[in-house]
Amino acid sequence: MLSAGLKLEGVTIRQDGTTLVSISDHIEPGEVLTVMGPSGSGKSTLLSYVIGTLNGDFDASGRVILNGRDITGMAPEQRRVGILFQDELLFPHLSVGQNLAFGLRASVQGRAERTAQIEAALDDIGLGGFAARDPETLSGGQKARVALMRMLLSGPEALLLDEPFSRLDMERRDQVRSLVFAQARSKGLPVLLVTHDQADAAAAGGRVYRLGV
Amino acid sequence: MTSECESRSKRARLLPWAPLLTLAIMVGPVVAGVLGTLAPAFGYLPALGGNSINLNAFTMLFDWPGVTRASVLSVTTGIAATGLSLLLVSLICAAWSGSKAFGVIERALSPLLSVPHAAAAFGLAFLIAPSGWIARAVSPWLTGWDRPPDVLILQDPYGASLVAGLVIKEVPFLLLMTLAALSQIPTAQARQTAMALGYSHVSGWFKTVFPLVYTQIRLPVYAVLAFSMTVIDVALILGPTTPPTLAVQILRWMNDPDLGMRFVASAAAVWQLALVIGALLVWRLGEYAVARIGRWWVMSGARGGATGPIKVVSLTAAALSASAIVFGLLGLLVWSFAGFWSFPDALPQAFSTRTWMRHTMALWPTITETLIIASVATLVALLFTLACLEAEERHGLKPSTRALWLLYVPLIVPQIAFLSGLQTLAIFTGIDGNRTAVIAVHIIFVLPYVFLSLADPFRAWDARYGLVARALGASCDGVLWRVRLPMLLRPILTAAAVGFAVSIGQFLPTLLAGAGRVQTLTTEAVALASGGDRRVISVYALTQTAVAFLPFALALLVPAVVWRNRKGLKHA
Repeated sequence: MLSAGLKLEGVTIRQDGTTLVSISDHIEPGEVLTVMGPSGSGKSTLLSYVIGTLNGDFDASGRVILNGRDITGMAPEQRRVGILFQDELLFPHLSVGQNLAFGLRASVQGRAERTAQIEAALDDIGLGGFAARDPETLSGGQKARVALMRMLLSGPEALLLDEPFSRLDMERRDQVRSLVFAQARSKGLPVLLVTHDQADAAAAGGRVYRLGV
Repeated sequence: MTSECESRSKRARLLPWAPLLTLAIMVGPVVAGVLGTLAPAFGYLPALGGNSINLNAFTMLFDWPGVTRASVLSVTTGIAATGLSLLLVSLICAAWSGSKAFGVIERALSPLLSVPHAAAAFGLAFLIAPSGWIARAVSPWLTGWDRPPDVLILQDPYGASLVAGLVIKEVPFLLLMTLAALSQIPTAQARQTAMALGYSHVSGWFKTVFPLVYTQIRLPVYAVLAFSMTVIDVALILGPTTPPTLAVQILRWMNDPDLGMRFVASAAAVWQLALVIGALLVWRLGEYAVARIGRWWVMSGARGGATGPIKVVSLTAAALSASAIVFGLLGLLVWSFAGFWSFPDALPQAFSTRTWMRHTMALWPTITETLIIASVATLVALLFTLACLEAEERHGLKPSTRALWLLYVPLIVPQIAFLSGLQTLAIFTGIDGNRTAVIAVHIIFVLPYVFLSLADPFRAWDARYGLVARALGASCDGVLWRVRLPMLLRPILTAAAVGFAVSIGQFLPTLLAGAGRVQTLTTEAVALASGGDRRVISVYALTQTAVAFLPFALALLVPAVVWRNRKGLKHA
């Protein structure tokens, strides 16, 4: 593919006349670009811009191209960009299975087929038989895996990670981190990782982009 | 988060207009009503032959011998009820906030709030009347009375029992508002800092927390003042009679068969409005004075010491206020089942279901009417509130502090001042006297309460859930219906219960917009007051209370059942 991957073309975000972020980059499929910077440096603002939920207080220019599609002006739900936050944000009113069903693409049709795919997905992350569980009863690591799977089932073409591992303890952090990167690599997803943790950047193994204050 | 939501559908294009429309619904009738009161007050009402501007109505008003007394009563009872309620609420918070007892007080709030004013007033009346439970409890062994003493306790000429009836209902309301304000202020820090500097619990609270809290509850306090000065149902039950308070007298003039008295009624309503504005100004001056004294007190560095007595006094007063409602309702219950009951027996000689049986048939249509009116008014108010809050979210239409004032307009402008004008307008356009008119007027008062109840939880919802849902492919509407509203089920139902209770409690709006032809539990119960049949009054007042309480019970029960396996929503 000519322009596979996530391309940021002259993306500049300003607030009250001050430039917060200015970046041009091309993240190849399966590649991880790590953006580092102290808090308040506009890391999360950049993610908001890419998924399309940037607040009106900001003034942004540039283009975002995903696998050759210009998604700059699109509504968030049409961009096919998945995001993971530091909190898992599993919907508390839905069961684990319903959370995954919320993510699963609508193109997968038929009750039986959807249930089967959700069961298989739970098996994939070592949570077989957890479909009816209340998400609040899961451990931190289990929640993180459900959140990752929920996003993958929506069939994203790129992955944004907003300090997604910082809430987990050391041991879980390594497990979840390698699971996320392995999934992204096997599915050929470009990954934009925002973090202030040097270990995250090292584990990602890709290029590092530093934002100043 | 103001993420762009496509406005292609017609409904979505209407959404940005929701806040403006909502304000129009609440403020429009108030403005129209005040104008409709002003015109006849100054002699202009062509339908009744008033074509010239003059002051005749005011001359007649001030020639009425009771005018001074009625006006003074309105001001004194209003200021006394508000001052006492605020004092009690502040003392409770100062002495008990952060303690276990405070948790108990918080939990007792919702049920107490849901008791309609009229029912609470009847309950209190049956407690403190010369032949009431309190007198029976201490007779004859203590008092020597073997018949009810001939003293004027109920409807005393100074309005003391009226003030008591207002205080027991306004304390829970102001306490709720204060708790909401406290949750937005780092009070624990302030209190600990003050205590570390050697201040007592109570004086530390008054010096550090109270000034912050008061600025936040100022509007509710003003609403309480305006309401207490102009209340009608409670005044009909507990207030003085010759003369009554000004608001009650205005209602008498409005119901006078001689339509010419409408001019005097309008003039009196304008006078009542002036009194309320005057009292609010005096209250505002009082705020400055208290602030001055407070600054001097802070500068003095006095640490205060009398925490113990204040704790005892405030808790006793709060318990007394709450038990006046609880025992009042209990008294109603006993009366409604009472057979023969002679003084000074503490309990009836026999119990029977006769009163209930005899009135069940008549009760049903009234219950149905009450429920229909409350349901429709609440539903409409809820829809407008949700539309406003969602418009705020999607289009960044956040109301300023100034706009918040507008929310309080229907609560601060006295009902009698603009409803009488609205009725005058309605009569001559022929749209009064039916259920729709009553519902429309109820919405004016239900909307602010539903909005105030729902706004904070709606805004406090973690917007990242919406972000995640959209990244997973959900539209703005999808986020609202599939994620946000289900997660907010509990606060939505609570707001609905509040709206329901407000609608059920409305007396004057129902009476005036319904032109006496639409009967709800409240209008029926209050109409029975003059008859004095305690058994029948009890049946109606209890039914009114039950109907108002039921939605609160549902608001607790439904989420507990629907989300029984969802720990993450336990405290939502």
